[in-house]
Amino acid sequence: MQTSTSVNTEKKVATIPAQERYMQLEEINMTFVTKKGTFEALKNINLDIKEGEFVSIIGHSGCGKSTVLNLIGGLLEPTSGLLFCAGREIFGPGPERAVVFQNHSLLPWLTCYENVYLAVERVFALKETNEQLKARTNAALELVGLTHATDKRPNEISGGMKQRVGIARALAMEPKVLLLDEPFGALDALTRANLQDELMKIMMKSGCTAVMVTHDVDEAVLLSDRIVMMTNGPAATIGEILDVTLTRPRNRLGLAEDQEYNHLRGEVLRFLYDRHAKKAA
Amino acid sequence: MSAVTLVKDSVNATTQELDVEKIGIANAANDLVIEDSMPTSRKKVKKTQPNYTRKIDSEFVTFLKNIIPPAFGLLVFLGLWSVLTIFQPALPGPVSTFKSAVLVFKHPFYVNSLDDQGIGWNILSSLGRVAMGFGMAALVGIPLGFLIGRYEFFSKMCAPVISLLRPVSPLAWLPLGLLVLKAAAPAAIWVIFISSVWPMLINTAVGVSKVPQDYMNVAKVLNLSEWKIVTKISFPFVLPYMMTGVRLSMGIAWLVIVAAEMLNGGAGIGFWLWDEYNASNYEHIIIAIFVVGIIGLLLEQGLILIAKRYSYE
Ligand SMILES: Nc1ncnc2c1ncn2[C@@H]1O[C@H](COP(=O)(O)OP(=O)(O)O)[C@@H](O)[C@H]1O
Ligand SMILES: [Mg+2]
Repeated sequence: MQTSTSVNTEKKVATIPAQERYMQLEEINMTFVTKKGTFEALKNINLDIKEGEFVSIIGHSGCGKSTVLNLIGGLLEPTSGLLFCAGREIFGPGPERAVVFQNHSLLPWLTCYENVYLAVERVFALKETNEQLKARTNAALELVGLTHATDKRPNEISGGMKQRVGIARALAMEPKVLLLDEPFGALDALTRANLQDELMKIMMKSGCTAVMVTHDVDEAVLLSDRIVMMTNGPAATIGEILDVTLTRPRNRLGLAEDQEYNHLRGEVLRFLYDRHAKKAA
Repeated sequence: MSAVTLVKDSVNATTQELDVEKIGIANAANDLVIEDSMPTSRKKVKKTQPNYTRKIDSEFVTFLKNIIPPAFGLLVFLGLWSVLTIFQPALPGPVSTFKSAVLVFKHPFYVNSLDDQGIGWNILSSLGRVAMGFGMAALVGIPLGFLIGRYEFFSKMCAPVISLLRPVSPLAWLPLGLLVLKAAAPAAIWVIFISSVWPMLINTAVGVSKVPQDYMNVAKVLNLSEWKIVTKISFPFVLPYMMTGVRLSMGIAWLVIVAAEMLNGGAGIGFWLWDEYNASNYEHIIIAIFVVGIIGLLLEQGLILIAKRYSYE
């Protein structure tokens, strides 16, 4: 990390990230060192993300989507390459980048309220009174429609509700970037559709930038401004990037017969199942 | 096939064994037949009964099922004990033990001299000693377990010493305690400390090392302080592991106290047991055994209750 920084800085300082280049991934390589040897997961990833943009990362399972997200989240450090967010290099996690985990990762011994409060407290405790912190926590839970379940523990609520709490926890931090790792992957189709619609509304309201990992083509097209399609690993990289020009607000019923929507959907499907089909394991 | 070339004798031997096995199998088969016939007959009865009686029946039956086997077990135990006293007249029987217990518990808190106190005082002084030794073990073992589970360096550092000291028999520590502490009572506490510290330490460490990566990722993403990580993530997660350790430790402490007191003298249930043996009050030995057993049981149940109360599931 140290050496790669010194090698690359001279080159990159010139390109100061503007609004257009809110987040940058510059020549990212990621090699995992395991007991069995090294594994080259990502190779030469380059990606610029605009402020307020919703970007989906799609690809077959195991290609390295979560790795990309964890790099942005600061949970991993790249083997080489640079990551910037809002003009600053990413070193470790930060409150401006909130993560919604696939398996919700709520702490089972805390109530929904306490789970969200933990995040609120961490970000705002120094600047605000207890009353304000409480208000923030309640507002976040209200935003995801969970006011009635604030005092419930995670094992007392449904999978969809847990994921809502996960989203509330992330949003309560008032992040600049929301990172979502297959946020609805574990939910049934109806609940998923519901939450997707709500996420769209929330993102419109908050206007924050989002990077979402998914393996669901419809989800990617419905929610995104751009879809990043990744090739299969090892040494996975970005295969193609698809612009989704559908106007917002989007309506899943209306889009079902929309030509553009179906064309985009077809594009992603062709990428995944034709050009980069994954051999059955 | 090489068995064919074996000496005749051994061949005979194997065939004999085989025969025995066959008989065994035949018996088992008979048992199976009998067992098999039982459920079918029950099924037939059940089928003819309407649903609601079955429900009422089953509640009553479950009550009986829960009561009868333990009661029966205790009866068998008392029966065997009585029979044993017929062949071993030196052994006090259930009746004489019970009568003697009534007398012993009539005045549990008398004090004649330092060596002659009521059973209540003896129990209390044993419990006090266990509380001291066990409490110190908890104060040392649990935080140390946290450190070992949290930091790999610490874990590797402590591993050889722990593996070396843990298997040592509790009473092996007694002379060392006497030597250094120069008194019986603190030596007993020392023995309890050193023998009951391990389960708490190890269970806590295992629990801490098992905190799921998901939760640690949450901690990282929320940028929680080390203190918050301990209080909001590690500690709640580790609590069930820790409580198991506490229970095991308490069991050991209570096991050890009797032996330590027997060797040491003073007051305490173990001392009392030994003293009564020397005074030829053999009923009292058995009373002491029951007292130790019952108190151990109560301590265990109490800790199970506490563990349930603090479990998040
Ligand atoms: N910490 C790690 N150590 C070793 N290999 C890893 C690690 N994390 C991920 N990998 C490997 O990197 C590849 C990409 O993983 P991941 O990003 O989780 O894929 P995806 O999210 O697209 O399903 C996989 O082959 C996985 O086995
Ligand atoms: Mg993944």
